[in-house]
Amino acid sequence: MPDSGAPGFSNWICPLPLRRYPTIVMGHGGGGKLGNELVEHLFLPAFRNPALENLGDAAVLELSSGRLAMSTDSFVVQPLFFPGGSIGELAVNGTVNDLAVSGAEPKFLSASFILEEGFPLPQLAAVVNAMAEAAASAGVRIVTGDTKVVERGHGDGCYINTAGVGVLRAGINVGPNRAQVGDIVLVSGTIGDHGMAIMSVREGLEFESQIRSDCAALNGMIADVLDAVGPAVHTMRDPTRGGLASTLNEIATAANLGIQIDEANVPVRSEVQSACELLGLDPVYVANEGKAVLFVAPEAADRALEILRAHPLGREAARIGAVTAEHPRMLVARTAMGANRVIATQIGEQLPRIC
Amino acid sequence: MKYLNEFRNGEIAQRMAREIWQVATRRWKIMEICGGQTHSIIRNGIDQMLPPGIEMIHGPGCPVCVTPLALIDKALAIAAQPSVIFCSFGDMLRVPGTDADLFQIKSRGGDVRVVYSPLDAVELAAKNPEKQVVFFGVGFETTAPANAMSVHLAKRRGLKNFSLLVSHVLVPPAIEAIMSSPDNHVQAFLAAGHVCSVMGYWEYPPLADRFEIPIVVTGFEPLDLLDGIRRAVIQLEKGEHHVENAYERIVTYAGNLEAQRLLAEVFEVTDRSWRGIGVIPKSGWRLNDKYRVFDAEERFQISDIHTEESPLCKSGDVLRGALKPAECPAFGAECTPRHPLGATMVSSEGACAAYFNYGRFLSADELASAGVAHAR
Repeated sequence: MPDSGAPGFSNWICPLPLRRYPTIVMGHGGGGKLGNELVEHLFLPAFRNPALENLGDAAVLELSSGRLAMSTDSFVVQPLFFPGGSIGELAVNGTVNDLAVSGAEPKFLSASFILEEGFPLPQLAAVVNAMAEAAASAGVRIVTGDTKVVERGHGDGCYINTAGVGVLRAGINVGPNRAQVGDIVLVSGTIGDHGMAIMSVREGLEFESQIRSDCAALNGMIADVLDAVGPAVHTMRDPTRGGLASTLNEIATAANLGIQIDEANVPVRSEVQSACELLGLDPVYVANEGKAVLFVAPEAADRALEILRAHPLGREAARIGAVTAEHPRMLVARTAMGANRVIATQIGEQLPRIC
Repeated sequence: MKYLNEFRNGEIAQRMAREIWQVATRRWKIMEICGGQTHSIIRNGIDQMLPPGIEMIHGPGCPVCVTPLALIDKALAIAAQPSVIFCSFGDMLRVPGTDADLFQIKSRGGDVRVVYSPLDAVELAAKNPEKQVVFFGVGFETTAPANAMSVHLAKRRGLKNFSLLVSHVLVPPAIEAIMSSPDNHVQAFLAAGHVCSVMGYWEYPPLADRFEIPIVVTGFEPLDLLDGIRRAVIQLEKGEHHVENAYERIVTYAGNLEAQRLLAEVFEVTDRSWRGIGVIPKSGWRLNDKYRVFDAEERFQISDIHTEESPLCKSGDVLRGALKPAECPAFGAECTPRHPLGATMVSSEGACAAYFNYGRFLSADELASAGVAHAR
């Protein structure tokens, strides 16, 4: 059972009715008493809110009028616990961020668990508590959920799906195809932290490092930017899998424009850079879980950067490039040597090189 | 980052490039042997900084690229066996064999694992005594010591379930083969710094003398490469031909003697087939008699496999430096990193992939259409 990097669970006191089963058994997903106990003694206390408490087949929600945004994401990260977070924080923040970069204020989440028979209950509790804390800190409520159990060997401990609903801010219309020639490209901080934190604890690759995942909810920081320069923000994305390179390539393709970045201005922690050098990886392709890329009209770019830097999650925000009419659908980086290179979307996984 | 950032200084790089512009009065063709250097040249845009008369020819130094197709097919056949844990460096996984690649074998249920060191594969063998653990030991002199160490340890620990699928190749015989080829245009070599960190550079003076070519031991960072090119051009302009070490912080004349002792203990020189080039005499290593029982080819006796190169792939010409990647008709059309026909398009060290990924070889229009093909 995967538990590398897991925090100590010895202090966790299992709620009484759950103590008979220190690990997940098939019955926890059977819709009977065991499943109910899990809801009553674990999920409900952690996520408690009026919409969830009804425990109906669907949550009933009150929303103000306006446009809604909806998103969903599944989380299968290994290991489940890693420096700087766990699958729990990821599952909440991932969906919160997808809503936030769409210009929506995230409101409600669902949470579905697919658990493997034999998964230790204390680990599930740690994941659930991490989700509860992440939800509270992002200001969203987990209002409905589901649990299924698969036989041992048919899952990787714990998979989570979250879906989220948010309310779009009035007057904000962002999208990858709205990027315009002249837009300034901002990134909210250092890239590659999450991917290298995971890599540093993955089985067979463990290396000693201080790298921590950047996993965080971006809705607060993004709200600050939208409050200040709202309509000047044309495009926002969170560069998760595939990293900054894939996100910028997607935007270049969607907008049918070119993007030029200056490699020297892309913030990368020196630990991350070193680890990438060691493993033969390029940080522009490494995943982030707490960073946003913003395309802002040039006259508002300085103000947007100032606002980002004033937020705790955006202190290392930087201006990395601009949108151009040249080389449409391509991302071109100016290297430190002063030459240009095309950064393509990567094919599948980034593969460590032989030497 | 210490020892890296100092060698990536853009201003110094510009200064060194200007010096090359000043000394170069004629056209010269210089081959960098090592795929890692090809990657760095293209990634950093070093070739754009050189005077138009200085042409870098990308040599056969990508281990993934020169591993023969028949051996890759053998690897696929071994990896598909139910009792096998097949371990490999990451970039071998996408190299196409005749019918599949290791990723596909994995998706069909083969136990294929990426490891960072052959010693991890030895550990896997110790932990899984009921399985046969095979490590795909490809590479030049650089990766050979760790592979040698893996069988050495496996023997010492009495592990009967570990074996090495070996395809080691050597740089000096490749230089000899390239220089002996009637259509050779190469006038100087950048010797691969990592290879020389193991082997030293005592093997190179006879080659420099015999073929009257400058050979400069060169590192991988932009300033290392520019310095190597600068020194090669200066020798060419003066009509000199000797071996220089431009990577002194890593490489000594004698090399790593401990590693060389281990290599001599485990390997013996053999003829090797280089993908796209053919057999080069005495150009590789195989396990010697003392370690032959750890040879996966002996242990698994794979025969009856059907091996067929793509008729469109010109990677052999690319590896010999006779063709630039973009000059191949299949480049960017039938052959892309997503659907590679040959290994040079797979490995990030492969010349074709380096050109495709960092593609500055094309006009803006061609680039744009390549970008679209890529996005699909």
